[in-house]
Amino acid sequence: MATEGAVHMVDLKVNGVAHSVAVPARRLLVHFIRETLGLRGTHIGCDTGNCGACSVICDGQLIKSCMMLAVGADGCEIETIESLGEGADGLDPIQEAFREHHGLQCGYCTPGIVLNAKTLLAENPHPTEAEIRRALKGNICRCTGYVNIVRSIEAAAEAQGSVRA
Amino acid sequence: MSTPSGETTYYGEVEQSERLGAWSGKSVPRKEDKRLLKGQGAFVDDLWMHRQGHVHFVRSPHAHARIISIEVSRAEAVPGVYATLTGEEVGELQQPFFQMAPEPAGLMRDYCMAVGKARYMGEPVAAVLAESAELARDAAALIEVVYEPLEVIVDGIATIERQAPVLHEEIGSNVAWHGVYDYGDVDWALEHADHVVRIDRLHFHRFSSTPLETTGALVNWDPGTGVVEFRSNNQMPMFAAMFIGPAIGLGIDHMQFSSQDIGGGFGIKITSYTYLTALALLSRKAGRPVKWSESRWEHLAASAHGNERTFLDIEVPVMSDGTILGFKVRAFDDAGAYLRYEPLGAVIWSQVVPGNYRFKHIRVDYTETLTNKCPVGPNRGYSRLQHLWLIERIVDIVAKELGFDRVALRKLNYVQPEEFPYETPNGCVYDSGDYPAMLEQALELIDYEGARARQLAGAGSGKRIGIGIGSTLDSGTNNFGQSRIINSALPFSGNGEAAVVRLDLYGEITVTIGTSPQGQGHETTAAQVTADILGCSPDLVHVVAGYNKAANTYVGFSGTYASQFAVTGLGAVMGAAERLRGEIVKVGACMLGAEESDIELADGFVRLAANPEAAIPFIGIAATVFANVAELPGELADSVTLNCRYVYRPPFTVPDHETKRGKLTLTYASQVHAAVVELDEETGQVTILDYAAVDECGRKVNPKIVEGQVHGATGHGIGAALYETFEYDSDGQLLNSTFGDYHAATSLDVPHIATGEVECPSPFTPNGAKGMGEGGGAPLSTIASAIEDALPPGAHVVYDSHNNAERVYELLRSAAAAGPRGVEVISR
Repeated sequence: MATEGAVHMVDLKVNGVAHSVAVPARRLLVHFIRETLGLRGTHIGCDTGNCGACSVICDGQLIKSCMMLAVGADGCEIETIESLGEGADGLDPIQEAFREHHGLQCGYCTPGIVLNAKTLLAENPHPTEAEIRRALKGNICRCTGYVNIVRSIEAAAEAQGSVRA
Repeated sequence: MSTPSGETTYYGEVEQSERLGAWSGKSVPRKEDKRLLKGQGAFVDDLWMHRQGHVHFVRSPHAHARIISIEVSRAEAVPGVYATLTGEEVGELQQPFFQMAPEPAGLMRDYCMAVGKARYMGEPVAAVLAESAELARDAAALIEVVYEPLEVIVDGIATIERQAPVLHEEIGSNVAWHGVYDYGDVDWALEHADHVVRIDRLHFHRFSSTPLETTGALVNWDPGTGVVEFRSNNQMPMFAAMFIGPAIGLGIDHMQFSSQDIGGGFGIKITSYTYLTALALLSRKAGRPVKWSESRWEHLAASAHGNERTFLDIEVPVMSDGTILGFKVRAFDDAGAYLRYEPLGAVIWSQVVPGNYRFKHIRVDYTETLTNKCPVGPNRGYSRLQHLWLIERIVDIVAKELGFDRVALRKLNYVQPEEFPYETPNGCVYDSGDYPAMLEQALELIDYEGARARQLAGAGSGKRIGIGIGSTLDSGTNNFGQSRIINSALPFSGNGEAAVVRLDLYGEITVTIGTSPQGQGHETTAAQVTADILGCSPDLVHVVAGYNKAANTYVGFSGTYASQFAVTGLGAVMGAAERLRGEIVKVGACMLGAEESDIELADGFVRLAANPEAAIPFIGIAATVFANVAELPGELADSVTLNCRYVYRPPFTVPDHETKRGKLTLTYASQVHAAVVELDEETGQVTILDYAAVDECGRKVNPKIVEGQVHGATGHGIGAALYETFEYDSDGQLLNSTFGDYHAATSLDVPHIATGEVECPSPFTPNGAKGMGEGGGAPLSTIASAIEDALPPGAHVVYDSHNNAERVYELLRSAAAAGPRGVEVISR
């Protein structure tokens, strides 16, 4: 009979906080984030790596945390949606742009999409609409038809540009 | 309200509020957004209870099988497993769910798990409760179920033939409902028409809007009080209660429902009551809270699908000037294995019998059938989009076959702007609209003339350009009395929603509503109308998030479904806010020593209109009523509560069962969409080059939220038209049950959507708004129309609502084959 099985020590940083935790070998990173750390902003939508609701940033790269075992994140630095914005109330400029341009409805895909936008704009501060759409391909949103998500990311890019200039 | 002839009174005088405007109509940012953007939303899987166990369902791998035995002992022996539940136990613990169908289909014995027999792949047959989700899944693998596979039927028409295996022996056949809707005189029309266009078969496919958050719940049967708490993402909790309560012996006072944030619903989360029932039974058996989160494959295989419908023997009488007199058709709607919201779909389509057109003579011979597939449930555009797609197919096919311009033919046959309010052949009343103006705008947005030029220029390039139009309706605020058309014994009619607006102890304005939103921004729009009526900023209005039966208010219709919040929900909020305003004015007038008529509310103060310096903040009113009440005259103190409830009730009467006539919905939002597509002759691949959506929904409370709904509904329609379809093989195996092979539309599949604006306020609602959000499935009509426009002469008609590359490739090739085209014209 399978049980929780072998347990491994995992050392990793999540949102700047170091954790050293014993986790079962089969525990997915997304379950570790949600259940073990109690960070509920990372969501689960498909179990197969298609929808992107579980997207987090791992060592600067956008990943799907349902596609990685928690033990695989040993030594990594993870950023989740909870790392964005100042304190409990503040919104990051990307989040502000989504609010301003109605880039979310039910909000379930939103944390993954905001983190996607963050990594996109870090790599490509002035993406075209086609580049934004290509970047979003792995994040499914069933509410917005993507129109206002694209608009929000364009606006965030503009705002970022004007701050830099 | 009267017709142009002035003879008919439709709904009497509807008083429209004059106080709306300072905030209503503006795109104020949403109150919900901050928590959702920061990952602070509370979705069902985020909830937790002390001592909770986790549930995993064992599901039938067969589409139709007798259950010979279920052996749970090995699973129960696993340390950490709390309990199991089998269909056999359910058969003893549960009464069959209430059925809305008349007999014989009403005899169906439907349970929360398969009892004796499984009737679709993925049907739950047993469940395990364990200390972790992983352990529950492991233990479920130890449950041994012995099945005797039975013959499977998946064809929604062949299923009613004599030799088909019967799903439910107690019914005796696979017919769920049959009736004939006959309006005007279609036989006369067919006899006297200049042309009759006959179409063999059209098929509307099976898909779902697949909310990104799957179904889930945390359920606790409290052994001490007997109260069962359902924290879930069910989107129509009072409907769920109506099924769960009688099935397991619970009064409404012993069922508590709540939800805060719901990750999309689109109707699919209405029928989750079967799972809630199973979870309640497990909780009672184990004596602890139970938590369940559906996996994506479970959601795709065994939550609910949209209705699949086949139309046969379509005959359309047309006059030589292009006037379409109506049509007749045989419709077969495939409900899947159980009737969990059905057969309501067998009447709901009739909210829009003639679509956007002046058709007078219509006969629909409607049969709903049962097959070994996932049960259907309401899905965005529920039951109307299938019918509206049929109508738009008819209009395009008539235009093509008889050589009419499809734009001119639509303009000729549309209900005209001056004809509103317009009574349809079955007695429904379209409140307002301007379809020709919407069509003009949609065509302008896609540069219609330019697109026609591109179409000609592209000839011979291997890419074929097509232009499509889809005109549809989103009927909202339905009259539940229409259920009597399918079953005269059903005790439902009218509609309504409840809200409470109160001035709290320290001057806070708090609103609670009976709705269960899934992203529609109810907190924001409710705050906007409340702010208008109470003369304050929406920032000062706290709208309690989500549904909570115990803490909020509700009526039997409460929930969020069927395009009605702007009318029913906001109607209730407006009524409650007006009552509170009346009380505030009364108390304020007394405290200021003035007449009520001298008082105004502004900026959160009660003040004298003539002397704004003489003012009392809301906190002063609240503090006096709640904590300093001896200062008020007793009569006044006894007459105010500052806690005002209002139930909005649309002015419906009961439709007629025999004639199938009545006012089935209060408002008719409308859509005219247009698209330019390109077909690749080599591959059949369809690419959308331009897309425009012109939606009309009366007076908008928050234009940005409305536009977001238009985008979303358009995205779903485009996804369904080109990418999303449930494929079953002849054994009833669902072939695409993950997001890897059920292709939910991505950012590369949905193009930029240009939106237009036409506003025709509803004369029938207290704020001029119409319910909206479902969108009528306009993209399905539009894409089919565009593909047909792009096909070479002699091609078969576009006969399916789903057109993937393979199907389009076949259509392209059909032109050269010179075989039957699925259509014929008989001219006098």
